[in-house]
Amino acid sequence: MARLELRDIGKSYGTMEVLRDINLSVADGEFIVLVGPSGCGKSTLLRMIAGLEPITHGELLIDGRRMNDAAPRDRDIAMVFQSYALYPHMDVARNMGFSMEIRGARAEERRSKVAAAAKTLGLDVLTERLPKALSGGQRQRVAMGRAIVRDPQAFLFDEPLSNLDAALRVEMRLEIARLHHRLGATMVYVTHDQVEALTLADRIVVMNGGIVQQVGTPLELYDTPANRFVAQFIGSPTMNVLPASREGGDVRLSNGALISLEGLEGPVAELGIRPEHLDLADPDNATFTGSADVVEHLGSDTNIYAQIDGIGPLMVRQHGHVALRAGDRLGIVVQPERVHAFDATGARINS
Amino acid sequence: MSVQVRRSPLRSFGKLCAILFYLCFALFPIYWLVKISVTPDQLVYTEGTKLWPSTATLGNFGKVIFQTDFLIFFRNSLFVSLSTAAVTTLIAAAGGYAFSRFEFSGKRILVALLLLTQMFPLLMIIAPIYRIVAALGLLNSLPSLILVYTAFNIPFATFLMQSFFDGIPKDLEDAAMMDGCSRFQALRKVILPLTLPGLGATLGFIFTAAWSEILFALMLIRSNDAMTFPVGLLTFVSKFSVDWGQMMAAGVLALVPSCIFFIFIQKYLVQGLTSGAVKG
Amino acid sequence: MTTFTNKAPGGTRARTSLYWRYLVEPYLYLTPAILLIALVMLFPLIVGISYSFQTVNLLHLDKGGWAGLSNYADLWADRKFWLALENTLVWTFGSVFFQFTLGLGLALLLNTRFPGRRVFQALVFLPWAVPTFLTALIWAWLFNPVIGPLPHWLAAVGALSEPYNILGDPELAIWGPITANIWYGVPFFAITLLAALQSIPSELYEAAEIDGATAWQSFTKITLPFLAPMIAITVMLRTIWIANFADLIFIMTAGGPANSTQILSTYVFTTAFKKLDFGYASTIAVALLGLLFIYAALVLALRRKFVKV
Repeated sequence: MARLELRDIGKSYGTMEVLRDINLSVADGEFIVLVGPSGCGKSTLLRMIAGLEPITHGELLIDGRRMNDAAPRDRDIAMVFQSYALYPHMDVARNMGFSMEIRGARAEERRSKVAAAAKTLGLDVLTERLPKALSGGQRQRVAMGRAIVRDPQAFLFDEPLSNLDAALRVEMRLEIARLHHRLGATMVYVTHDQVEALTLADRIVVMNGGIVQQVGTPLELYDTPANRFVAQFIGSPTMNVLPASREGGDVRLSNGALISLEGLEGPVAELGIRPEHLDLADPDNATFTGSADVVEHLGSDTNIYAQIDGIGPLMVRQHGHVALRAGDRLGIVVQPERVHAFDATGARINS
Repeated sequence: MSVQVRRSPLRSFGKLCAILFYLCFALFPIYWLVKISVTPDQLVYTEGTKLWPSTATLGNFGKVIFQTDFLIFFRNSLFVSLSTAAVTTLIAAAGGYAFSRFEFSGKRILVALLLLTQMFPLLMIIAPIYRIVAALGLLNSLPSLILVYTAFNIPFATFLMQSFFDGIPKDLEDAAMMDGCSRFQALRKVILPLTLPGLGATLGFIFTAAWSEILFALMLIRSNDAMTFPVGLLTFVSKFSVDWGQMMAAGVLALVPSCIFFIFIQKYLVQGLTSGAVKG
Repeated sequence: MTTFTNKAPGGTRARTSLYWRYLVEPYLYLTPAILLIALVMLFPLIVGISYSFQTVNLLHLDKGGWAGLSNYADLWADRKFWLALENTLVWTFGSVFFQFTLGLGLALLLNTRFPGRRVFQALVFLPWAVPTFLTALIWAWLFNPVIGPLPHWLAAVGALSEPYNILGDPELAIWGPITANIWYGVPFFAITLLAALQSIPSELYEAAEIDGATAWQSFTKITLPFLAPMIAITVMLRTIWIANFADLIFIMTAGGPANSTQILSTYVFTTAFKKLDFGYASTIAVALLGLLFIYAALVLALRRKFVKV
């Protein structure tokens, strides 16, 4: 197993800079998820770790050894591709054993390893099929099997679940979590889906525009997002962001409401409030008043899209069933200890 | 996607007529070639323009094969065409791979240059080539023809191979390299097996092109021993222009290899013609 | 924030591998192709152009040497050249027009469903596979009244006064090779246009039908505009190719009778092949090249003006 260390990693194509100042160290056996919107450079970063893209700036160390110029085959890293990249002309067993075939492993060793991996992934009856005769989920398993068979120092996953339907995605997510638990291997996982990130990761790296926004455990990102981008990217439904201004130790909103926050530093530009941190209340006695625009009854939760007087749209999520219909008047109160304040640049400014 | 046409009897009839028209137009000349080739000599003048002779014979084929030099011509042509196809495909595969997988400086200029070679009148270089080949003492030699044909066909074949490589996801190569292959191993173990149909199709296209080339062969080959089939047939036609049956039998023989390769490359016609877009 | 300089750690080695990947390796694969093309096509091309300023005649090798523009002066005064130019226009546009029209018809036909379509497609594309020299011979024979039916049919419908070989008639001879060329070229247009037709999403036709368009309106409002860019580029390339295409005419009529079928490319070939006058042949070829360049530039300019991409 391996430690990965990224020091000031950058990537540019000619004059176009796509990645900048990436610093990250991944502990042995850690599950790191790179997450961000499409085009943020997360896949490029993964491919640079794999050795498929040249590193133009900085250093990559694997177990303390500089690997910038090592060929992919010399890095001892396995990768699962978004497209699965199964060799169409090889059957499942040969696909899975291909890396050992290249390294000249003995046939019986190869067979036993492939058989073992196929068994854990539930592929044992399919080993003689060609990829085109497999379903999407099965292909995904073969792609994972191919990585497992190698027993590599680290695993890289490039959006491995994005081509699966929703039900299968949940199933394979669990499979990957189990795999990590069982192998205890270092894993770097790229996704644009925050649910995957929150459920799988030991630590999450949020990226945007080629720059790391924040690195932290899922709960750290949820509770104390470093900036407005992270705050809105992590958490579902998306955090409400309202324009605000500082007034002494308090913050005033555009409908006139005053909210007192602790540990404020500098001028406040915006307040962020997650929908689940708002509660319905008696309109006479509430921070916000307005009317329900759309109400979604999900059974376990109720999503309320409200129009707030003097503010505009605001989303509220309530646990359980709430007997509210579109057009009803409502009042909302804030849980002040869970409110996030941002300055004009979007950086977090409360403790 | 096919377009659904509402069925009206008049429409169906018109469509049937169109189908028959195209079928007759395409096949009648070939049919006529075969028909005369099996018409006995003594019937050619009396029944030459009838749709089918009263008796048919394979005698013309026997005469062509055993009493003329066509077997030599056929062998020469086969040698030239197969060699050209093999060498061209090999070189074009390498070039197509580079075009498909690399971004590099000078790529656009190279592509433009290759396209240009498809445009200018090839006859323009017939005189210089004749003098160069003559100066090298290579007139009447088949390798000189192979060399010339190979160069002529490389641009088209390169674009064709590029289109086949483009159809293979780059992820497969990346996966192979992650699995421990060098770039060359990835090429040999993963890309090559997947390109085999493309290589076959390119081979077929180049074979048919080389098989039917005549003007450069006329210029560079004058001796009987080194004549390719087209040159031999043309010489035969101008010498024995009344042996209709035999000429047509030889024509049928010339058609056979082309047709075999045509069946072989049917599936890839669209890709071949659109990526070349220039070659007939 | 760090500033990036070339001395960043690992900079030099990373850059050598970049050079390898972007400059050296692709050329490794391309070298054989480039070498062959340069040696067999580009170098002779330059030599060929230089011939047009020289006297190069293998029958009179003693009279070699630079000749300035005298070849071009001869060309200007050569009645055969102007005749060949006229014939080139008839040959090229006659062939392209019918190849395109029939090819479009065939493509539209193949884009519909009917039993046996695949076999039909294989059979109608067959002429493409027939070697050109054989195409020429077959049609020459078809036009021969002794063994071919065409003169008799033409006479029967009154197109000819009696069944004779039109290839021997200066008035009509050029239509012989043109017919052969149409036969040979229809599959090419049909294949390329069919590919373009099949790339038109069928939802468009369904939407048009729901909007109440007739079949003819669908064709003119959807099919043609979609095909237009493809048509423009294919027709242009094909025109150039046909103008250069000498095989059929050379074999069927060798330019005769009385130069009535001589086009520029066959004139180049017969001058080089029969008279061995390489200097003059190259001069005609350069003129042809120049004309094709003007044509291509004209078409591209028109395309830029009328087709908005």
